[in-house]
Amino acid sequence: MSKPEDSPSQGTPSQGPKVAYMSGRDATAGGLAGVHQRLLLIPPYRLLAALLRRIGLTGHGLVIAVPYLWLLAFFLAPFLIVLKISFAEVIIAQPPYTPLFEFVEDGFISIKASLENYLFLLEDSLYWKSYLSSLRIALISTALALLLGYPIAYAMARAPKRWRFALLMMVILPFWTSFLIRVYAWIGILKKEGLLNLALIELGLISEPLTILNTDIAVFIGIVYSYLPFMVLPLYANLEKMDLSLLEAAADLGCRPAKAFWVITVPQSIPGIIAGCFLVFIPAVGEFVIPDLLGGSETLMIGKTLWSEFFNNRDWPLSSAVAVVLLLVLVIPIVLFQRMQERSAQAGG
Amino acid sequence: MKQGLTWFNLGSLAIGFLFLYLPIALLVIYSFNESRLVTVWAGFSTKWYGEMLRNESLMNAAWVTLKVAFFASTIATVLGTLSGLIMARFGAFRGRTLFSGMIYAPLVMPEVITGLSLLLMFVAISLDRGMVTVTIAHTTFAMCYVAVVVQSRLVSFDRSIEEAAMDLGCPPGQTFLKITLPVIAPAVVAGWLLSFTLSLDDLVIASFTTGPGATTLPMKIYSQVRLGVTPEINAVCTILVGLVATGVLAASIVTRRQELRREQEEREALAAP
Repeated sequence: MSKPEDSPSQGTPSQGPKVAYMSGRDATAGGLAGVHQRLLLIPPYRLLAALLRRIGLTGHGLVIAVPYLWLLAFFLAPFLIVLKISFAEVIIAQPPYTPLFEFVEDGFISIKASLENYLFLLEDSLYWKSYLSSLRIALISTALALLLGYPIAYAMARAPKRWRFALLMMVILPFWTSFLIRVYAWIGILKKEGLLNLALIELGLISEPLTILNTDIAVFIGIVYSYLPFMVLPLYANLEKMDLSLLEAAADLGCRPAKAFWVITVPQSIPGIIAGCFLVFIPAVGEFVIPDLLGGSETLMIGKTLWSEFFNNRDWPLSSAVAVVLLLVLVIPIVLFQRMQERSAQAGG
Repeated sequence: MKQGLTWFNLGSLAIGFLFLYLPIALLVIYSFNESRLVTVWAGFSTKWYGEMLRNESLMNAAWVTLKVAFFASTIATVLGTLSGLIMARFGAFRGRTLFSGMIYAPLVMPEVITGLSLLLMFVAISLDRGMVTVTIAHTTFAMCYVAVVVQSRLVSFDRSIEEAAMDLGCPPGQTFLKITLPVIAPAVVAGWLLSFTLSLDDLVIASFTTGPGATTLPMKIYSQVRLGVTPEINAVCTILVGLVATGVLAASIVTRRQELRREQEEREALAAP
C-alpha cells in the first residue's frame, strides 16, 4: 500500500527527475518519505500513487476516510437497519422479522412496511408511560445532581491552586471505576437489612428499617451517584475560568456575597450548567443498569422496557420501534449538545 | 474579596467526596468479611479471593474481557487519534458535520440503542456473534472518547510549531510523527486507558453484541448480582477497582510530571536571553 500522505509534492503529479533531484534532502529526512521517494522510481508504485491521487485520495483524504468509513459502517448503518426493522413484523424465523423488501417476479420489488409497531407503542400504555417516567426520573436526577454538584465544583474552583489537581483527580477517579460495580455497591447500602438502615437504627434515628431499595428514590441516588462527575467537570471548567475581579467590584460597591453569587456567578456559569445537565440528562433517560438493579418492579424506564422487549419477548421489530422513538425523544437535546461541543471546540482552536 | 475556602465550601467538598467514595470503600471493606452475610462483620478473611480464583467461569470471563478490552482500545486509539486530528486540524471538508455528529453522538447515546443497533446489523450481515463483534462494538464507542480527548489536547497546543515544520519542508506525515504525536502523546495514552476501562466496564453493549462462549466479566457479575450481594463478587469488584485506580493514578501522575516539566522548560526558554 502506498503512503501518499508522506509525499512532499502533494497534489502535483510525480515526476521521475524531480524525485532524483530531491533525494539528497530526503536521505537526511529518512523515514517513510525517503522510502516513498525511492519507491516512486518503480513504475507500478508510481502508477498506483498517481491513480490514488487522481481519484482524490490524497494523504488527507485517506486519513479522513479510515475513521469516517468505520463510523459509517458501525454507527450510522446500524441505525438505518434499526429503522428498517422497526417497520417489519415479527415472525418465528431466523432472523425473527419479515423482510422489508421482497423480490417478486418480473424483477419488481415489493415494499412491505408496517406501521403496526408504532401504533402498538401508542396503544399500549406501558410504552408511553415508560417514556414519560424515564423523562421524569432523568429530570429529577439531573436537578439533584446539579444541586449536589454545583457546590462541589464551586469549592474546587475556589480552592488553592495546588489542591486543584488532586481534587480534580478525586472527582474523575470514580468515573473510571466500573459503573456496574458502583451501582452494585449501593445495593448493599440501601437494602432493608443494609448498611444505611443499620446505621440509622444504631443512631436511634429510626426504629423500623426504611424501604429504599427497589423504589424510585434508589434510582435517583444511583443516577446522581453515577453521573455526578459529568456534572462537576464542566461546571468546574467553567467556574475556574471566571473573572474574579467582577466579584471584587461587586463587593467594593457594597453587594453582599450571597447576592453577588446569584447575580454574577450563576449567570456566568450558565454554559457549564447547561453542559453538565445535558451530560447527565441524556444518558439517564436511556439508562438500563440503574433502574434494573436499584429500581423496583413499578419503576418504569424505557431502557428497561426495551431490554425486556428484546431479551424476554424476543420481539425485535417492536424493540427497534422503541429505540427509534427513544432516539426521536432525545434528538433535540443530543443535537443541542453537539452544537455546543462543536462551538466550544472551535472557540478553543 | 477573600480568597480561599469558606466553611460552606469545605463542607460541600467533604459531603461530595464522602458520597463518591463511601460506597466503594464499604464494598472493599466487606470483601474481606468472613461471613457470607454482607452486613454482619465476622472478622477479617481473604477466603472470598480464594473462592473467586477457583471459580473457573469467572476467570474465563475475566480473560475474555481483558482480550476484548486490549484489542478494542488499541484499534480505538488509532482511529480516535486520527478522528481527533481531523476535527482539530483539517478545517472544513465535505461531510464534516456528519463526521462530528458521529463522533459526539455515541458519547451521549443510550447504550441500549447502540447495543441493539449493532446487534441488528451483525445479524443482517450474518456475522457470527462472539468476541469479534463485541470488540467491534467497543471500538466504535471508545474511539469517540479518544477523539474528544485528543482533539481537546490538539486545540490547546500551539499550531505554529507544526506550521513551521511544514514551511521548512517537512511532509505532513512526518510532521505528525515527529512533532504532533510527541506533544499529544499524553492524550493518546489517556485515550487508550479510557477506552480500556470503558470496554472493561461495559455491560449493556456487550450483552447485545456477544454470542455463546464470549461472556464478559460485567455480564457474569450482573447475572450474579441479580441473585443478591455476595462477598465473592465484592472481591472481584475490589480487584477491578484496585487495578483501575492504580492505573489511572499512575498515568495521571506521569502526565502531570511531564506537563510540569514542559511548563518549566518553556519558562526557562522564555527567560533565556
